[in-house]
This record gives sequence, structure tokens and C-alpha cells, in this order.
Amino acid sequence: MDNVIRRQTPMARLLRVLVYAALGVAALFYLLPLAVMVLTSFKPLDEITAGTLLTLPENPTLAPWVKAWGEACTGMRCEGMGGYFWNSFAIVIPAVAISTLLGALNGYALTKWRFKGAELLFALMLFGCFIPFQVILLPMAQTLGWLGLSSSRAGLILVHVIFGVAFTTLFFRNFYVSIPDELVSAAKLDGAGFFRIFRRILLPVSTPIIVVSVIWQFTQIWNDFLFGVAFSGHDTQPVTVALNNLVNTSTGVKEYNVDMAAAMIAALPTLVVYVLAGKYFVRGLTAGSVKG
Amino acid sequence: MTTTSTLASGTGRAGPAASKPGMTARLQAWLPKLVLAPSVLISLCFVYGFMLWTFVLSLTDSRLLPSYDFVGFAQYARLLANDRWWVAATNLGVFGGLFVGLCLVLGAGLAILLDQRIRQEGALRTIYLYPMALSFIVTGVVWKWLLNPGLGLQAMVRGWGFETFTFDWLVDPDMAVYTLVIAAVWQASGFVMALFLAGLRGIDDSIFKAAQLDGASLPRIYWRVILPCLRPVVFSAVMILSHIAIKSFDLVVALTGGGPGYASDLPATFMYAHSFSRAQIGLGSASAVLMLGGVLAILIPYLYSELRSRRHG
Amino acid sequence: MSALEIQHVCKDFGSTQVLKDVSLAIDSGEFLILVGPSGCGKSTLMNAIAGLEPVTSGEIHIGGEEITWRTPAERDIAMVFQSYALYPSMTVRQNIAFGLEMRKVPKAEREAAVERVADLLQISNLLERKPSQLSGGQRQRVAMGRALAREPQIYLFDEPLSNLDAKLRVEMRTEIKKLHQRLGTTIVYVTHDQIEAMTLADCIAVMRDGRILQLGSPDEIYNDPVDIFVAGFMGSPSMNFIAATLEGEAGDYRLRVATPGADDLVLPWPISRETDALADQVGRSLVLGLRPEHFTEEDARLGERAEGTPLAATVSVAEPTGADILLRLPLGEGEITARVDPHCRVTPGERIALRVDMRRAVLFDAASERRLA
Repeated sequence: MDNVIRRQTPMARLLRVLVYAALGVAALFYLLPLAVMVLTSFKPLDEITAGTLLTLPENPTLAPWVKAWGEACTGMRCEGMGGYFWNSFAIVIPAVAISTLLGALNGYALTKWRFKGAELLFALMLFGCFIPFQVILLPMAQTLGWLGLSSSRAGLILVHVIFGVAFTTLFFRNFYVSIPDELVSAAKLDGAGFFRIFRRILLPVSTPIIVVSVIWQFTQIWNDFLFGVAFSGHDTQPVTVALNNLVNTSTGVKEYNVDMAAAMIAALPTLVVYVLAGKYFVRGLTAGSVKG
Repeated sequence: MTTTSTLASGTGRAGPAASKPGMTARLQAWLPKLVLAPSVLISLCFVYGFMLWTFVLSLTDSRLLPSYDFVGFAQYARLLANDRWWVAATNLGVFGGLFVGLCLVLGAGLAILLDQRIRQEGALRTIYLYPMALSFIVTGVVWKWLLNPGLGLQAMVRGWGFETFTFDWLVDPDMAVYTLVIAAVWQASGFVMALFLAGLRGIDDSIFKAAQLDGASLPRIYWRVILPCLRPVVFSAVMILSHIAIKSFDLVVALTGGGPGYASDLPATFMYAHSFSRAQIGLGSASAVLMLGGVLAILIPYLYSELRSRRHG
Repeated sequence: MSALEIQHVCKDFGSTQVLKDVSLAIDSGEFLILVGPSGCGKSTLMNAIAGLEPVTSGEIHIGGEEITWRTPAERDIAMVFQSYALYPSMTVRQNIAFGLEMRKVPKAEREAAVERVADLLQISNLLERKPSQLSGGQRQRVAMGRALAREPQIYLFDEPLSNLDAKLRVEMRTEIKKLHQRLGTTIVYVTHDQIEAMTLADCIAVMRDGRILQLGSPDEIYNDPVDIFVAGFMGSPSMNFIAATLEGEAGDYRLRVATPGADDLVLPWPISRETDALADQVGRSLVLGLRPEHFTEEDARLGERAEGTPLAATVSVAEPTGADILLRLPLGEGEITARVDPHCRVTPGERIALRVDMRRAVLFDAASERRLA
């Protein structure tokens, strides 16, 4: 917006300074926890008790990270976060891939092959995004048991796909609605069928929404705790559950630096995604919320 | 040029009785439904079926394992007589109200400030929004460390010379719930900022200019002209935030563990504790059903107004 | 045998009837234009022919075969869309070849077809580009190329020129006409632009509210409209409709046009245009239709030899278009438009003497709006 603040007058200049000051203070508020987390994770334990939150490490050390990754105790075991970190990937990757593919096909079928009741079915599915998951925890636990998937990665993948597909469908539906129907009509006349139109015509133009969907699902599933803690076993815990166990394991001295390093390990993948693809992240957030 | 076209006479073969769609055509018509079917079935079973199932469980005397001895609404009566449930429910009111209110104020404020042609806007936006990429568990762990009276913010400020500074909400049963508010606002307010900023950018510039020509001052323009235009944004932000508040589980687990005692319990942690560690499946189910009721109470008016506004164009 | 025959086709969307018992037939090589205001059902009819929307009842035949229930792919038709619908991820070459590829045409043949079409439409230099790198006119050519490559029995054009600017639209219109003349293809073409309809068609179907009102050559549609709607829809500026009362008797019919605050205008109805139906209409109020070009300004040099019925009116607005001048004149209770020679020097407020060619006038029933004579 042009000329929102007229810079000529001293009053306006003062206002401008205030605006920047307020924004700067806010930035500090948001950055403080990250800064403390990073600083603490590189400090030896004695520096933590001697100094304060924001004192720079005098003898920076990687030891907390090494310990958090490979030795720290998470409950009964003392094998660090490393295994759980890979666990999370083993759960997240298939769950993201399956839910995105299903969402894309659903969105395509809903928008380009409209049939009576399609909107109703979509509304029905969308509602699944909104329920508090507490309401399905107990039946889900029992069902996973019947399916022989209790405490397994496959079970967690299944749960994440089930409750992720409504979101991915929403993304793809809203994206495909903006693609002209005439493209599909033209391809039908050219002799292409349902799957071929999807693969040859729509998929090649879907890159942006695929990125949005993948990023959204990745952060959602990576950051999940409720399903992880309710449905995983000792070997199949995702990293968030391991982090919580690590922090709450009270044997001997509390090692805050290890806690912070472990938190960083759990946070890094989504942070990296956010920094690399922030634009798509925001789009996912707003698409998944404003519309949903 | 003469044309040989004619309006076909009305004596042609009557009706399409002889012809029906061929195999290929019928398959083509069914494929989209077949593709959608798994997702729809999944949502029917795993969302609607399970909701019903949980409701059924809430009518039984299930303890460690689900049983199907029905006791009517006895679990609900127990729940409403349960002191811990009322603490959790009250906490949700306090937490939810403050969380939603503060996020809105902070988010809208930052968005309006950021909209003043700020240098480095992109960088600032990134900083404000990054917490949203984190897990609530990470947020909880970090803030637990920051709010730790012995080594965190309190110790830091005392180290600067303010010996009597006290900030021990984390261990104060009366104040613990407010630490949840701080951490949750830290995590979600950037997101509200992004929503508002997108809304502000969507407003026609000329509205702003017209208001300026009418002689309105800047704060007045925002308050009287711009914010009313953002009503839908406020509405959906409130929706999403209340939804986050009701589902809040991981943050409580990581930051306060519901403590001290059960002073900072929320319904979500109450439900989990009773269902999975205290062998009170019936009671846990009843609390889950009440949570669902809470979400529906927010959701249904929202969906109703959405549909109505869409119908009115 | 007809190239395309539509028999009693109806189409309902829920409780609304979009097509109401539509029947028509065209021969191979004919250029049929479906024209009408938006919502008249012309696009729905096109989609029904293409197989993109199933009909509720009725039959569609292409080349003598019934194809009512076949999929679009099985119908041997090609379509040029309003938005061109070029596949954004494919090059022009791939776009043109896609339909052939789907029909499992060998690669060599596909290549040959692409080259042939590219030559024909002068787009050989664009073959490796993506649609996003093309201008509107180029996209239009590619869209036509995609249809031509398949050499189907029937081409469908759905308002293909409506996204082009005025100048390009005229150029492409000519080009489509040339292509049709050269290739002798059968074309069904939807438009709401009556000039396009007049210039391109062998045969025009004027549609309204899901029905075909009139089917005929451009000349028939223009000069022999079946009702007020068709008469008013075709032609620009559109036909003047003047309320009049029929007087007299066979051999001496006259139309009296009541003019408020002045003497009534009386126009004799030419004997050559008398019909039997007129006898019942004496004394009833009718609607007289006169096209703007049926008026000419009085030329004093012609004197006695001047043709047409004289009348005089005061000019309210004069709009020179270059080729001629459009005059707005009060006549009867309304205002009419007359198209006169550009050399005619008139200024608003001036009274002008005109002649009207009553032999080309048409008469409608005021209530039913149907044509009487």
C-alpha cells in the first residue's frame, strides 16, 4: 500500500521507528527459544549451571549431540534418538507417498468426473479432518490389534494415511477445480481414458500441489505424537515419542544439553523443509485451513 | 447456395429403447467411483464407525478392556462428578480463550505492521512462522527448559541483577496452565499472522486510498475499514485455533505433563490418561464424546455460515 | 445419407429441460452453425454430439451409425474448444499427435500427419513450443491442427474465436472458411455471434430455450425469419419492430402506425407480399419488421422513378460508421434505426425524407410473435 505512512514529518518518522522496533522485539520473542536450544545443545553441562540461557558456549562441544543421537536413555533403553529418527522416516515416507497419491486420484475423480453425490462424499471425508482424534483412539487400537498391526510401523502408516487422505484430497480437489474441464474433454475426444488422462494430462501440471501436499503431510506426520504414543511399540516409536521419553527419563543428573540436542534432532527435518520450501509450507497451511 | 438440411420429420423411430451404454462407456462411468470408494469406505468405517463405537463404549462399564455391559449414561454422570474432569474442562476454557485471543491480537498486529512496506519483510515472516513447522513436543521441551525456574528465564533475569525476579509458573499449580498459553501462542501466532497478511494483501488498494481521501487516520482506517473486511479471516482463524486448543495433547504432555498434580490437565490428556494408563476405558470414552461435542458446537455454526454465504454468492 | 442426424434429443439437468426435442440433419461437407443467446442449449447440444454429456432421450447418428451411447473416443469426431484446451505439459507437436497416439497410429504416420497439418496451418515453426509460449492466435491454430490431424468424420467448434481480439477474429474466420472450402469437411460450429453465423454457415440453426426455432440457409434466416426472436437476433443493428394495425382488404392492405402527437403514418402493404392469412388480421395490432438497410434517403434526382414508400422523420442521433451512417429516428411510438448513405448530410434535429422498401418488410403477430407475412 502506497504512502501508508508519510515519511516527511518527524511524527511519521518516529512512527516508522516504532514499527520497526515492535517487529524487532517480536522477532526476538520468536527466535529466543531456537537460540537457547541451539546454544544449550553445544554447551558442556557445567557451563549450563554456571552461566545463563544466552551465554555463549566457551568450550563448544558436540558431545550432547553424540549422546542424544546414540546413547541417551529413552525410557528403559539407552540407545539414543538415532533409531527412532530413522523410524520416523520409515513411517513418514510411505504414509506421505500413499496419502498424496490417493489424494491426487480422489481430487481428480471429484473434480473431473463429477457424479451425483460427489460433493456429499467429499464433505463426508472432509469432516474426518476436524474430529478430535481422541474419539477414534480406542476403537483404532482394537482394530489394529485385530489386523495384527499393533505396535507396528505398518499400523502407524495405515493410521496416518487414513487421517491424512482427507487433507490431501482437499488440496488436490481445490487445485484441479482451477484446471479447465475442457482439457479433460479434449483428451476424452482424443481417445484417452480415466487413468491415462490423469497420468498424461493432469499429473504433469500438478507439481506445485504435489509439493504442497508432500510438505504438509511430511510435517503433520513427522510432528505427530498422539498416534505415535498410542499405537507404537518400543521398536517402532517415532522420534517425537522418543524425545518425550528421553526428556522425562529421570536417571541421575538432568542433562539439559542432551535434551536440547535431542529436541534439535527431532525438529531439524521439518525446519529444513520449512526453510527450503517455506512458500509451499504457507500455502499448505492456508489451503488446509482457510478452505477447510 | 442451397441447403439440403431439413428439420427431421417427427416420424423417426421412437425412444432410445434399443440402445444402451456399451461396456467401455459403463466402465468409464464407474471408474471414478471405484477410485473414490476406498477413501470413502475408510472414512465411513474409521471416522463415523469409530465415533459410534466410542459412543457405545462410553455407555458401558469398560475398564482395562472394552466390555459391552451397558450402564446407560452412568459414565457421563461419573465424569460430571469427577473433580479432575472439571479442572481439565476449566483449564480448556482458560487456555482456549487466552490462546485464541492472544494469537488473534498478536497475529493481526504483526500482519498490520508487516504490511507497512517493511524492508526484510520476507525474513521477518520466516522468523514469525517457523515455530509452526515444529512438533508441539519440541515446543514443549524447549519452553520447559526456558521456564525452568532454576536455570531458565528466571535465573537469567536474576543474573542481570534483579534478585527478586520470580517467574515460576511452571511449578505453580495456579499458574501452570498459563505456561501452556505462552508456548502455544509462540507456536501458532505466526500462522495467524500469515493468514491475516494474506487477507490484507487481498484487499483492494483503492479501498485504502478512498479511506485516506476521506480523511481517516491510519489506525482508524484499519479498525473501521480494513479489519471488517477481514471478518472471514478472523472467523477461520478462530475456527482453526479453537480446534488446535481442543485437540491440544502433546504440548501438555511435553511441557507440564498435566502437572503439578493434575493442575494443568486438559480434556485430551484426561481422556488419554483414563483410557490408556488408568484402565477407565468407559470414562475415557465418555470424555472423548464430550470433546467431539465441543468440536461440533464450533464446527456446525461455521459450516452452516460457510454454506449459506456460498449459496448467496 | 446424412453425416449427422439428431432425432428427438432431450436433455434434463435435474428438473430443468435444457434440450427439448431437438431434431436436425446435415449432409457430408456441410457447415452447420448453432447460434443463440447464452443458455439456449447450443453448447449442451454440442456436448451431446461429442458424447461429453449423455442425453436423456433421443438418438444421435453419425455417418448412418447410431452412436448415442458411445464414449467420445468411439465417435470419430474432433472438437476445437473455446479455451483451446491445449495440453499444457506437451509441445505443439505432442498436442497434435496425442489423439493419433491414443488411437495407436504408428509413429511414422503420426509424424506425417503432424507435418501435413502444420503445413496447412502454417505452424511448422511452432512445433517444439509449449502452449504457454504461444499467442492467442497461434493457440487457436494449434487447437485446429489437433482436430485436423485426426481426420474425423465431423468437426465440432465450440465458440472457437470468442477469445481472440476483434481483428484476429475476422482473420481466423476467413481462414476457417477457406479450410472448409478446401477440405470439404463436415463442421458443427457453436457461436453466439450472428456475424460469424452469417459469414461461415451453409446452414444455421437458431436456438432458444432448448429448441431449434429455425433451421435454414443464412439467406433464409436473414430474410425469412420465422418469428420476432430470429428476426431480432440476426442482423446488426437489429431489425426495427414497429407496432402497426392492418387495414383495408385483399389487394389493398395498409398498415397504420399510430404516432403520438402527429398524424398516423400509413404504409401500403405490397400486393406481391399478400397472403391469405392477412384477411383474418384486419383491425388487429401487428408488428411490422423493417431492417435498417430497408430505408434509403430520398434522392431528389430520381424524382418520379424513386422506388419505395416515402416517409419523413426528425433525426435524433446520427452515428457515422464510415461505410454508412446509422440514423435514429422517432417513428410511431418508438425509435427506429435507418442505415443511409455516408454522403447523406444530416444533423440531429433536422427533418429528413426517407423511402422504405416495403417489399422486404415482414409482419408478425403481436401476441404469438410468429411470422404472418
